[in-house]
Amino acid sequence: MTGTSSDPPAAAGPGSSVGEASDQPAGEEGEAVIAPRVPDGILPEGFATSLHARLVPAGAWALFPARDSYYETVAALKAHGYEMLSDLCGVDYLSHPGRALTVGVAPERFEVVVNLLSLGIGSRVRIRVQVPEDDPVVPSLYDLYPGAEAMEREAYDMFGIVFSDHPDLTRILMPDDWEGHPLRKDYGVGRVPVQFKEMPGPRARTASAASAARAPGRNGATCGA
Amino acid sequence: MRGIAQATSEGAQELGLRSAASTRALLRDEGAVLRGVPEPSGAAGATVLSEDETMIINMGPQHPSTHGVLRLMMELDGETVLRTKPIIGYLHTGMEKTAEELTFVQGATNVTRMDYIAPLSNELVWSLAVESLLAVELPPRAIWIRMLMAELQRVSSHLMWMASNGMDLGSTSMMIYGFREREMVLGFFEKVTGLRMNHNYIRPGGVAADLPDGWEEDVELICHNVLARSEEYDDLLTGQPIFRERLEGTGVITAEQALALSITGPILRSTGVPWDLRRTMPYLAYDEVEFDVLVGTYGDNFDRYAIRLNEIRESISIVRQVLERMPLGDWRVQDLKVTPPPRGRIDESMEALIHHFKVFTEGMRVPEGEAYVAIESPRGEIGCYLVSDGSAKPYRMHIRGPSFVNLQALPVMLHGGLVADAVATISSVDGIMGEVDR
Repeated sequence: MTGTSSDPPAAAGPGSSVGEASDQPAGEEGEAVIAPRVPDGILPEGFATSLHARLVPAGAWALFPARDSYYETVAALKAHGYEMLSDLCGVDYLSHPGRALTVGVAPERFEVVVNLLSLGIGSRVRIRVQVPEDDPVVPSLYDLYPGAEAMEREAYDMFGIVFSDHPDLTRILMPDDWEGHPLRKDYGVGRVPVQFKEMPGPRARTASAASAARAPGRNGATCGA
Repeated sequence: MRGIAQATSEGAQELGLRSAASTRALLRDEGAVLRGVPEPSGAAGATVLSEDETMIINMGPQHPSTHGVLRLMMELDGETVLRTKPIIGYLHTGMEKTAEELTFVQGATNVTRMDYIAPLSNELVWSLAVESLLAVELPPRAIWIRMLMAELQRVSSHLMWMASNGMDLGSTSMMIYGFREREMVLGFFEKVTGLRMNHNYIRPGGVAADLPDGWEEDVELICHNVLARSEEYDDLLTGQPIFRERLEGTGVITAEQALALSITGPILRSTGVPWDLRRTMPYLAYDEVEFDVLVGTYGDNFDRYAIRLNEIRESISIVRQVLERMPLGDWRVQDLKVTPPPRGRIDESMEALIHHFKVFTEGMRVPEGEAYVAIESPRGEIGCYLVSDGSAKPYRMHIRGPSFVNLQALPVMLHGGLVADAVATISSVDGIMGEVDR
């Protein structure tokens, strides 16, 4: 998909667009360790080895910086020519801890995933930073990419990941007084009670009107009586 | 501040009073993109205003020009907009959470409801993301059908934009014309997919059905009519002095600001950056068709109008090339684990019946991994970040909605302009709230 490449999208053939990833097993665990050959120019000098670059499907590269060096990594990539932050989102790996990472990266519950885009090089690079559950704080990228503002607010709203030094870290999609962070895996899907299912029929309603008046059930069981 | 915050339900998400805001927040609200660099156009002067000189007003969520439930809080000095804050979430339905409960087969029905003006773009990015994890190779006809539909979708989406933009600026005839032409495209979609919107037509593994007989004539008719009528739009709007007065020089954004704010699509191109994913990072078979990437010069509302109008023409040109070169053959992958067997086979083959049952009850298992795939939707880069844990449901699905990100351009574009121009500017961002809130 991305034009990363020292191997340009397999030249032609309409199928090439989705088949690009077919030459590497798509994200299998065993394959994580190898030191891949990052095409020249995609990353700044010396990046590939120090940050465990890893080829992921669609021809992109993923980097796994530690939380301490996350901001510096992104700053270095920006200086290298990644002028746009396409996307930033959180992932909660609570029920999938054994995901494929690279050597030396300990999995934590949360991950912040940043997709950077370089218009000049014509490539994308992904940064996945591990965020522990008991201290879910990462530096905000607002100073590097002001466009991160709304995306970080969304990640905060949905996962409770705190972006330090964000100018306005408030909820963005949910109401202010909402409890919990909906996209966390331990946050239930919830359900909307069916309004009429628990309503007794007309006869039963008159019979139970007295008791219903005494103890009004949830769901407005008395409203039609 | 207190009073406002407590009177409404959004609290801290709202635009606060000037006295309560830090310099940094003020700079952000006033649209200074690069921190510490005050905007040349009087941000420094504006910060010394006291509260009784300015006024905070709400536009939306019910304001007709906000195209849905976008709410803007603006601080005005007289009629000049100083600060703007978009407040969103009124249409939030948790579709990313819903996606985790649906199988990969069902997922397309979910994402298609996000950007309801261009549902096929959503389906396309979702399908490409799933396919990049599956590592399947599509048959050529599926790819070209997808391109045909995606380009017609761009036409219909831009026509819809032309219509609503015309309406916002007081040209009700443009509204009627835009809807009239869009209806032709939607009629074709209905013929192909069975539905005018929310098609669930582009699915992982290909498309749901082959094109119906006689589709060539239908498409040619659409191309002919839309092209001819786009000339009429030129007569009606492009050369009209009042229309130009309203659009030229309003809602200006620079290329530097647009890049810093992650703005994509026609807004980025209006600043002169020739960035169109169809050209720069081709997907499907866009590298095999000829088309122009249109860019503007001034980054104002008129540039965005001109780009969208001409993108309709470019899309028509792509559609005509697809019409000529549409290959024959399968329109979906012949992999029984991914796509169900044709309905006719079920009656005669037990194996087909089992596969059909399995695909629709359990869905397909997608190899573990993660992928970010982005395409050019009518509004900009729509991306799908997909994480699979090897089961039949996505572990995490995130849609990078172009409207969501592009809304961040509003404070910059509105700053220093008049309230009356705000309507034109909001319209030119072309935000679809279903996608903003997801």
